Amino acid sequence: MVLELQNITMQFGGVTAIDDLSFGVQTGEIYGLIGPNGAGKTTLFNIVTGNYTQTKGTVLFHNEELSGLKPNMIVQKGIARTFQNIRLFKSMSVLDNVLIGFHNQANYSYFESILRLPRYFMYEKNIKREAMDILERFGIAEYADTNASSMSYGNQRKVEIARALATNPKLLLLDEPAAGMNPNETEDLSQIILKIKKEYGLTILLIEHDMKFVNNMCDKVLVLDYGEEIFEGKPADAIVDEKVVAAYLGDFKHA
Amino acid sequence: MKIIKLTFLVVAIVFVWFAQNHFDPYAVSILNNIAIFAILALSYNLINGVAGQFSLEPNGFVAIGAYVTALFLIPSETKIDMFALVDPSPFVLSMHTSFLPALIMSGVVASALAFILSIPVFRVRGDYLAIVTLGFGFIIRIYAMNQPSITNGALGLNDIPGNSNLYWTGFIMIVTLIIMLNIIYSKHGRAMKAVRDDEDAAIAMGINTFWIKTYAFMTSAFFEGVGGGLMASMLTTIAPDQFTFLLTFQLLIIIVLGGLGSMSGTILGAILVMGGTEWLRFLDQNMDIFGYNTGAHPGLRMVVFSILLIVLMLFARRGLFGNKELTDLFRRSK
Repeated sequence: MVLELQNITMQFGGVTAIDDLSFGVQTGEIYGLIGPNGAGKTTLFNIVTGNYTQTKGTVLFHNEELSGLKPNMIVQKGIARTFQNIRLFKSMSVLDNVLIGFHNQANYSYFESILRLPRYFMYEKNIKREAMDILERFGIAEYADTNASSMSYGNQRKVEIARALATNPKLLLLDEPAAGMNPNETEDLSQIILKIKKEYGLTILLIEHDMKFVNNMCDKVLVLDYGEEIFEGKPADAIVDEKVVAAYLGDFKHA
Repeated sequence: MKIIKLTFLVVAIVFVWFAQNHFDPYAVSILNNIAIFAILALSYNLINGVAGQFSLEPNGFVAIGAYVTALFLIPSETKIDMFALVDPSPFVLSMHTSFLPALIMSGVVASALAFILSIPVFRVRGDYLAIVTLGFGFIIRIYAMNQPSITNGALGLNDIPGNSNLYWTGFIMIVTLIIMLNIIYSKHGRAMKAVRDDEDAAIAMGINTFWIKTYAFMTSAFFEGVGGGLMASMLTTIAPDQFTFLLTFQLLIIIVLGGLGSMSGTILGAILVMGGTEWLRFLDQNMDIFGYNTGAHPGLRMVVFSILLIVLMLFARRGLFGNKELTDLFRRSK
């Protein structure tokens, strides 16, 4: 079990965003999190990454309790994320964006960067090579010096995933990776995700509304509605499940 | 790239040497002023432009640096004569070093204060940060006013040995510039820019943003302290009223004009703002325009200067350099 959530409850004032939810993600799995808007999917991401502290319950990552750790510490433990609305560092080049991900792996101190000591050159050379390597895997190496904000939407999404990958994660959280993409771009992206998953030995937890994408990619899905689990299992079974259909389209029988 | 950088360095050093030996004293004093303000603005640009933390405290750090250097340089007999309101504290009397250690101590004291300050200050972001740091600048000035046993109160400190010359100011400016560029093109500089662009995304990259901001703040304070020390030694007299918000404001004009986040822009900004106000001095005097004598209008140069600034900002909204560096021009474009 890479990630295990036990009895997670999250309340914002009087609103219960997530209600007593438990599930686990196995090593090497692509686990999908789906559900209508406001079901609590992104809230769940924010709990795992440490941006929110859950009201009740525990989050275990490789059997280690994550609660109480600062978000940047959780990243160092090996959980990286992307955002629903792309949040690149807009004034920086694509290469610099990816290099930011290597921040904690470039192990030189502030004084070493002020005085340009040998370790600075050693690590900078290494992380630049590795960053270019990641960009090549995503097929965007030619844009390394381009300003991140002047890239196309699909490529910006790739940069964001590349950047998350640079932090050397074991678990990758993707918040709607295919949102706003045309079918070709989606296809291209899912190929890349499958490829990097294999090459880096990743486990992926993703939120997505594009059911075709989910169907192709995910080994398992969890369907949320109003913070409660209504289905867990194979994606193909989810689309025919009565409760899931009712959550998305409304319950015709009782209407 | 290396050759271009070395050329810049050699030209700068030769210019400093040439100016100190061959320019008339008035020109040298203007260059001194430009160099000191460039040091202050470069360090201010690190926290404000590169790390994107809109703070308004440099006058406080400059004041600290100026007082520390002044107290270290003035001999104790002079101090006893000078402190008219109350006797100087024994600690103040015992302080005495040569110029370089005094400057370094100025930087260290300012930097240490910046560290203490960063703990409360970086709990807030954006506009609130500006207000909190603005308050700090006021506190330092009021402290200087009301601690006569250390600062001689509103009378200020006089007879500071004038050690600043173009070698000191010019070379320290070059060192500051090199250090700032070294920081910007390192992982710490990238992290500072990441904090400026999107702090939450920077955290999601595993960056401890508090420390990154504190590093920027402390480095900035260090060189503001050193700059303050150079300023004290150049002016040979300091008083609390020199370190009002207007000083911060002047630095802000320089970095916004040059381009937030651009170090070469900052130097150009310092030259234009500090040099510009001097070059426009002819406007204050009697002028003969087509045989019509305008009479003297003291202050006219500031009016013209402000208009020029407005026009410049209209045409270069992101400053003269944006967030680019001069050396970027030589980089092959893609």
